[in-house]
Amino acid sequence: MTTTEDGAVTPALQLKDVSKTFGSVLALRDISLHVDPGTVTCVLGDNGAGKSTLIKILSGVHQATEGHLYVAGERHDFTSPREALGAGIATVFQDLATVPLMSVWRNFFLGNEPLTPLRTLDARKAREVCREELLNMGIDIRDLEQPVGTLSGGERQAVAIARAVHFGAKVLILDEPTSALGVKQSGVVLKYIRQAKQRGVAVVFITHNPHHAFMVGDRFYLLNRGRLTNEFVKGKVEREELVQAMAGGAELEALAHELESA
Amino acid sequence: MSATTAAPSDERLAHVSTLTRLLRRPELGALLGAVVVFTLFAVADQTGQFATMGGLANWTSVAATTGIVAVPVALLMIGGEFDLSAGVMVGTSGLLAGLLATEYGLGLWPAILLTFAFAAGIGLINGWLVMLTGLPSFIVTLAMFFSLRGINLGVTKLLTDTDRVDGYDSAKAVFASQFGSGFYIAVVWWLLITAVATFVLTRSRFGNWIYAVGGDKIAARNTGVPVRRTKISLFVCTSMAAALVGIINLVRLRSMQAGQGVGEEFTFIIAAVVGGCLLTGGYGSAIGASIGASIIGMAFIGIAFAGWNTDWTFLFLGVILFIAVLVNTYIGRRAQGARK
Repeated sequence: MTTTEDGAVTPALQLKDVSKTFGSVLALRDISLHVDPGTVTCVLGDNGAGKSTLIKILSGVHQATEGHLYVAGERHDFTSPREALGAGIATVFQDLATVPLMSVWRNFFLGNEPLTPLRTLDARKAREVCREELLNMGIDIRDLEQPVGTLSGGERQAVAIARAVHFGAKVLILDEPTSALGVKQSGVVLKYIRQAKQRGVAVVFITHNPHHAFMVGDRFYLLNRGRLTNEFVKGKVEREELVQAMAGGAELEALAHELESA
Repeated sequence: MSATTAAPSDERLAHVSTLTRLLRRPELGALLGAVVVFTLFAVADQTGQFATMGGLANWTSVAATTGIVAVPVALLMIGGEFDLSAGVMVGTSGLLAGLLATEYGLGLWPAILLTFAFAAGIGLINGWLVMLTGLPSFIVTLAMFFSLRGINLGVTKLLTDTDRVDGYDSAKAVFASQFGSGFYIAVVWWLLITAVATFVLTRSRFGNWIYAVGGDKIAARNTGVPVRRTKISLFVCTSMAAALVGIINLVRLRSMQAGQGVGEEFTFIIAAVVGGCLLTGGYGSAIGASIGASIIGMAFIGIAFAGWNTDWTFLFLGVILFIAVLVNTYIGRRAQGARK
C-alpha cells in the first residue's frame, strides 16, 4: 500500500468535483469520492440516481464534463474503456462479462490469451492458471470445459471477478453484481468481493441493496438524484441507518403511511 | 441454474462421462448423419461404383468445391454473421479471372492474383458495411448477392476457350489436376482449408475471438476483443474462398457461365448447419462443415448412381437440413442439460 508523507493512504481511485451533463440534463453534480486499496467502497443509489453514469465515468466509457479523476494520486482523463483497463481499472458489467457458449477457461482468458513461443494458444497453461486462480478465489468449478452458460449466475460473476483480479486489476468496479441473483448466490458473490479485497484490490461495489452493501462495505456513498447525499464509514453506521438513508427516510415513511391507509 | 458451489469437486467431476464429452462436440450429429447417408447410397447404388475409390473420387469432387467455401462460411457463422453473396462470388471471380486472362490478355496467373485481390475487396466491403450500418449481414450480403449477379449478367454471359491463355498448364496443375482414381486436386485444397480452419478455431487467439464475437458481441468488446477486425477478416476469408472455387471451376471447365454459383450460398450454409453450426452464432466447427459438405457430395452423386431422378436432389437436401437441425438441437440440449 502506498502512503503519502503525512502517513495517509493514497486512494487507488479518486474523483474530485466531478460533474456530468448530457445536454441540459445534469446527471451528476460535484461528486467527490475516494476508493482506498484493500477496501470495499459501496455506492448506493436507487434507479435514476446516477449510478450508471458514475460507473461509466470510472470505467472510461464517458468523460466527466467538469472535475477530474485520479488513479493512485495521478490525474487521468480516460477517453476509452481500454485506457481505464490499462491503468488497472477493471469493470465487471452485470451479465455482460462472459460469453455463455464458450468454456470457462476460454472465457477466463478472452482478450488476454496466453501464447506458446510458436504464437499458438497455450491451452494447457490457460487451463492450469484458470483452475488455480478460481481456487484462490474459493471458486470450485466442476469442469473447465463446460460452457459458462451452464454455470449459475453467481458462479458466472465469480469467474468475471477472478479474471479481473488475475489480470492485475487494482480497482475492481462491480455493477450491481447481486441484483439478478437469489439470496444464496448473492452470498457467494459477496464472499468473492471480500476475497478480492483481501488480495489488496480496491473494490467499488455499486448496488441498490443496502443489506448487501452493509455486509462487505468499508465505506458507503449514497447517491441521490445525481448528488452524493451521505457518506458513512464502517463501524460508525448501523444497518438501519443505511437502509433509512438509502430509502430517503421521510419519503419511505410517507409511502408506508400511504400504503396503510389505502 | 444450480447453486452447488460448495460441494467437493471430485465426485462431481465423475459426472462428466466420455459420452457427454463426445455429445458436446458440434460435429457428432453430422458424423452420424454421414454414416447413415453413405450406407443408404451404398445399398441403393445401381452401378456398383458408389462404395469404390472411383465413387469416392466422384463425390469428394463435389464435396470439395462445396467444402472449400462451407468451411469459411461456418467460421463466419460461428462469428455471428451470414454471407449470402458467397455463391455468386464463385461466378463473379471465375468470370473476372477469365475476362482478365482472355479479353485483356494478362495471362492466367496475374489474372488469378488480381481476382483474389478483388475478392478480398468484396469481403472487406461486406464486412465494413455490416459493421458500419449495424444492419443484419443477411440483408447487406443479400444486396451484394443481387448486385454481383447483375454485374455478372451485364458484363458477360459466357466465357469460353480459357485454356488458350498463357499459364494455363501450370494453373491447371495447381487448381484442376487429377490424381489416383480420378481425385481432383480441389480435394487437397479442401482438406488443407479444413485443417487450417480447425487449427485456427481451437488453437489460436483469433479462434477464441471468433467464438466470442459470435457468442456475445458486447461481452467480447468489454473484454478487449477487436470485434470489427475479427468479423471483417471472416468476411474477407469467405469471399476469397469463393474466389478459389471460381478459379478452380474456370480452370477445370475451361469456360465460365454468368449464372455459376448462384444458389450455392444456401448449400454452403446447409453444410455448415448440418455440421453443427448454430444459426445464432458462437458455436460450431470447421470439421463439422466439411462433414456437411461430404453429405451434400454423397447426395448429389449417390442419387445419380442410384438411378433416381436427380431432380429430387434438392428435396433430399431440404430433408437432411431439417433433420440435422433437429438432431443438433437435441444433442446440444442434452450436452448442456446433462450438466445439471
